[in-house]
Amino acid sequence: MITVLGMGGAGLCAATALTEAGLAVQLAAPQGPSASHLAGGMLAPFCEAEAAPALVTTLGRGAAGWWEARVPGVHRCGTLVIAPPRDGTELRRFASRSTGHQALDGTGITALEPALAGRFSRGLFFADEAHLDPRAALAALAATLRAKGVAFDRTAQGQIVDCRGIAARDRLPALRAVRGEMLLLRCPDLTLSRPIRLLHPRFPCYLVPRGKNTFMLGATMVESDHAGPITARSTMELLSAAFAIHPTLAEAEIIETGAGLRPAYADNIPTVQHDAGRWHLNGLYRHGFLLAPALAQQLAARLTIIPEPIHAD
Amino acid sequence: MRVYDTDLGSDLLLGTAQYPSPATLAQAITASGAAVVTVSLRREGGHGTGFWPLIQAAGCRILPNTAGCHSAQEAVTTACMARDLFETNWIKLEVIGHADTLQPDPFALVEAAGILVAEGFEVFPYTTEDLIVGERLVDAGCRVLMPWGAPIGSGQGLRHREALATMRAHFPSVPLIVDAGIGAPSQAALAMEMGFDGVLLNTAVAKAGDPVAMARAFGQAVQAGRAAHLAGLIPPRDMASPSTPIFGMADLATVLA
Repeated sequence: MITVLGMGGAGLCAATALTEAGLAVQLAAPQGPSASHLAGGMLAPFCEAEAAPALVTTLGRGAAGWWEARVPGVHRCGTLVIAPPRDGTELRRFASRSTGHQALDGTGITALEPALAGRFSRGLFFADEAHLDPRAALAALAATLRAKGVAFDRTAQGQIVDCRGIAARDRLPALRAVRGEMLLLRCPDLTLSRPIRLLHPRFPCYLVPRGKNTFMLGATMVESDHAGPITARSTMELLSAAFAIHPTLAEAEIIETGAGLRPAYADNIPTVQHDAGRWHLNGLYRHGFLLAPALAQQLAARLTIIPEPIHAD
Repeated sequence: MRVYDTDLGSDLLLGTAQYPSPATLAQAITASGAAVVTVSLRREGGHGTGFWPLIQAAGCRILPNTAGCHSAQEAVTTACMARDLFETNWIKLEVIGHADTLQPDPFALVEAAGILVAEGFEVFPYTTEDLIVGERLVDAGCRVLMPWGAPIGSGQGLRHREALATMRAHFPSVPLIVDAGIGAPSQAALAMEMGFDGVLLNTAVAKAGDPVAMARAFGQAVQAGRAAHLAGLIPPRDMASPSTPIFGMADLATVLA
């Protein structure tokens, strides 16, 4: 029996991949919130290349297909990257640091997102990207596992696969926290079909449609261990940036705010590793939904090759 | 460069924001040869963070800064927090006058510098090239000045080159570090050729396609510029000056005539 600790993106993807590999799996949920609950749910391997190493693009390319095969609600509508006229250099820099995009003028932007008509004259369209609703996707994975007879909320036994995110710092001292803050908005006057990324030298943001005129607005990246509520500063910066995307967002209802801690290693690249008698899938940083499938498949490959060691714990 | 009775061993100072990862940052610091890195605690890690140990492992001296502060009081409070956290009297004093231009507020800057010096800090003020503001900061007890090259993160280089040259001449014995606005190694080299004692930069390295390679390029540029300054640059002239001696060459014009 393998026990997966953690029910965020890492844990549920690991449990899914292990179950699909024919291994007997159960889940134990540790205390504490999951960073996945606050994720954007963008499957954007090409956009992320702007600041991430090529490995993120390589590992993330298959994510949309993996999710699409397992959960409903994966939208393959691409990503639209825009910048205010004054920050045109940011757009040029973004284009030079990424692939898989086409340049759009105002007409092209309007054709994709009629709500943005007349607002931006230049943008980049990443056609091969996708997005999903993280909470719905995780609920769907959990339902599938339950249907396959996987037990939840069990006491850990057998081989341990630790997917506890930042809580695993008690065993992984190299892990650090990168605080992220987000808001959920409801804006009846705004319809968008795909994630919008607004480039800005200091206050970049993204807006991910969640259906029913709700939007996830995120996210800050702060080198901090503090998991407390979103700050006024971050709220103002994020909402100001959202206002630059569309002024009607000033009328939006703030239906939720959130702040959580992303688990990251020094190079911001996740790993599957075996340490002190247990497996760890961790360090997903801001790429949980993008990279968890690839990491989970790596884990399954290693666990089906290596015989399960005999441990008293 | 020698500041506050300390030999730094390098004339390059690096900021630590906006890197793709702490691992890349640590490699960039090493590649650049920088002896000092600035860190911001206005926002990051007031509650503890796994980020700073990674920077401290790079073996650099830490220069905490008050980036993001908009008033003298805010800057003083932040400086006191930084002293407790990093156990250093050094503080890079930034008091921002405008959120868009990030231009220093010289009035609040001088006020905060006076308070901090009185409390035993060794202050590195981020200022403009204004001579009188510089004098007031020196009067307040600052023994180094950090004039901007251009607005923070703009990459415009030395926007007011003549004014910076005047400032260098006006403060011959005060260490001057060009801080902010540097976008390319050539601009850093130029500042060093002009006789500035050091260069502080962040975005040009952190946002480069390959931050580590760019950090190395800046380290080389700063060294080259400093060496050129010490070697004595020739003054520009408005006429060509043949570099090959013409003595003994056939005077073809005469022969053909």
